[in-house]
Amino acid sequence: MSNNYTSWGRFPKVTQQSTPISWRNNSLPYSDTLLLPHGLGRSYGDVCLNDQGMLLTTRTLNRFISFDEQTGVLRCESGVSFAEILDFAVPRGWFLPVTPGTKFVTVGGAIANDVHGKNHHKAGTFGKHIRCFELLRSDGERLLCSPDSNTELFTATIAGLGLTGLITWAEFTLRPIHHRAMKTENIQFENVEEFFSLSAESDQDYEYTMSWVDCSAKGSHLGRGLFFRGNHIEKEEIPETWNTPFLQKLPAIARTMPINLPNFALNAKTVQLFNQLYYNQQSEKVVTGLTDYDPFFYPLDAILEWNRLYGTRGFLQYQCVVPNDDHRIITEILSTIAESGLSSFLAVLKNFGDVEAMGMLSFPRKGVTLALDFPMKGAATFALLERLDAIVREAQGAVYPCKDARLSSQSFKTYYPQWEAFSQYIDPRFSSSFWRRVTR
Amino acid sequence: MRKILIIGASSAIAQATARLFAQQKDALFLVGRNEEKLAQQAEDLRLQGAHKVDYAAFDLNEFEHHPTILSQATVSLNGLDTVLIAHGVLDDQKAGEQEYVVAEEALRTNFLSVVSLLTPIANQLEQQRYGSIAVISSVAGDRGRQSNYIYGTAKGAVSIFLSGLRNRLAPANVNVLTVKPGFVDTPMTAEFKKGALWASPEQVATGIYQGIEKEKSCVYLPSFWWLIMLIIRSIPEFVFKRLKL
Repeated sequence: MSNNYTSWGRFPKVTQQSTPISWRNNSLPYSDTLLLPHGLGRSYGDVCLNDQGMLLTTRTLNRFISFDEQTGVLRCESGVSFAEILDFAVPRGWFLPVTPGTKFVTVGGAIANDVHGKNHHKAGTFGKHIRCFELLRSDGERLLCSPDSNTELFTATIAGLGLTGLITWAEFTLRPIHHRAMKTENIQFENVEEFFSLSAESDQDYEYTMSWVDCSAKGSHLGRGLFFRGNHIEKEEIPETWNTPFLQKLPAIARTMPINLPNFALNAKTVQLFNQLYYNQQSEKVVTGLTDYDPFFYPLDAILEWNRLYGTRGFLQYQCVVPNDDHRIITEILSTIAESGLSSFLAVLKNFGDVEAMGMLSFPRKGVTLALDFPMKGAATFALLERLDAIVREAQGAVYPCKDARLSSQSFKTYYPQWEAFSQYIDPRFSSSFWRRVTR
Repeated sequence: MRKILIIGASSAIAQATARLFAQQKDALFLVGRNEEKLAQQAEDLRLQGAHKVDYAAFDLNEFEHHPTILSQATVSLNGLDTVLIAHGVLDDQKAGEQEYVVAEEALRTNFLSVVSLLTPIANQLEQQRYGSIAVISSVAGDRGRQSNYIYGTAKGAVSIFLSGLRNRLAPANVNVLTVKPGFVDTPMTAEFKKGALWASPEQVATGIYQGIEKEKSCVYLPSFWWLIMLIIRSIPEFVFKRLKL
């Protein structure tokens, strides 16, 4: 039963077995190889891969267990996807407390990577909203983990990369909303300084903020981009012409990327062209509007399997966080990328603010985060990311494991000095390609 | 609101289909072997919006209980208009070639149990003169192949039985839907290497749901299997017998 499970970046490619966990009271399969839970495989690198080992696939653990309409507390199995939660919760007047830029992640994966979203400066990571979960260890023990019980395993499992055992179900609190619509503003900015002042001005009044940066721009355009900010619409803001409390969703126009584009399709020129068009999509400096939550939070989900844009060789993501009090660090990173000529197709910038994450290995911390993706071009791409790591290490920042496929062991241990303390909570029969790579 | 009996309710395809019914606020009666699984599923379906969910655990190989299943479901749902039969096993072809009892067991579970279940069900729906029956057969029943012809025999027999039943019940306004899935990624097929032809249980469930809604007679799921099976059925026997399929 070897399989073709890959991660979203489709690099690296590994050989592994897989077995589905269909019911939450099932025991773990017998196997003489190492185990790793695997949800929807949306992490980019190898945290969801287990070369020569076995994946425990959890999409079959997709049942809801209980929901309290008064408090918004939802308990469900760990393979339930965020898309399924939204379909369930939004018509009932509730929303995810935190969501990453895709809704095709499972609850288990969201905990294991302690995901963050556009509201990080207000709400913190997903882990912060977890009330409890059940952890199945390979010795057969089932542990109820919460801030009050099995506390160490609770904080180790949040951002624990699936290494501490299998989460069978979890309970967390949703956030109330009045309507599925969002009130949004898109603002052009000219440079990094302007980004920081927009952030400072917006983080108080806007629940959701993030920016897209034109990574191909150089010189006086360096660091230009679009700043997106928004809030769930308030009750009194709902236009009177919308007479139903929750408008029916517009017919979904999800398209699937039908083929792998040839590997040369994304090159410096096409990426530059895309970035220029994207920056100039609005002729006004500020555009305001009302929009459905779906395109606001999940613009890329409208093209299913968009990773095929990068062809069969795959791509590398790089997401770092660096201190936000010295703006020169982000500028240095952006100019290093611009000079390399390996411009990133999509680059996202967000101010994390001061909110602390609670997982032992959580990535978000005080600072500003930049996420980039690069077509896989072998040595040149690796060399650029190595240069970026040098800047991030120097700045005492960190890189996000969930996006990574190439971090050196030295960099990882610098970013996460607590890795050794964490490792005592790893289940002895669990491991991942990522973990073996960064701790060797 | 439909009143639906689902037999083999904990199979992956039936679970996904039940969810679609629940989201339409239908009332459901689930039958499967394991009570704990049925309870977990019922919880989920109630939250998904089902008007009512009840369940009972039965071993479907004990045919003498089949009439009881029908009467319990009818009482619980206060009537019955839709039935989905989704149980089955993927038997060990090689073992069945060696030992008749293995083959017989597979034919009992995959074919004879369907006949036994559908006999009282068909009579009840025929009498009330409305209703819908959907049964999961398989593309494997369209032509015997060396790799799984015992399973294929049972599924082929199910398809022929349903075709006759459809003919008989048409005047009584009862629709009979033959569902022919291709490769589906479920726990039953966990041991197989997956490729481009594989579908998810959710895709197949959507096809079953629409087939019932549109009162279709037979659906291949996903629909491209119709073309594949047309080609496979058209290969002359003198060629087919030399193929490794």
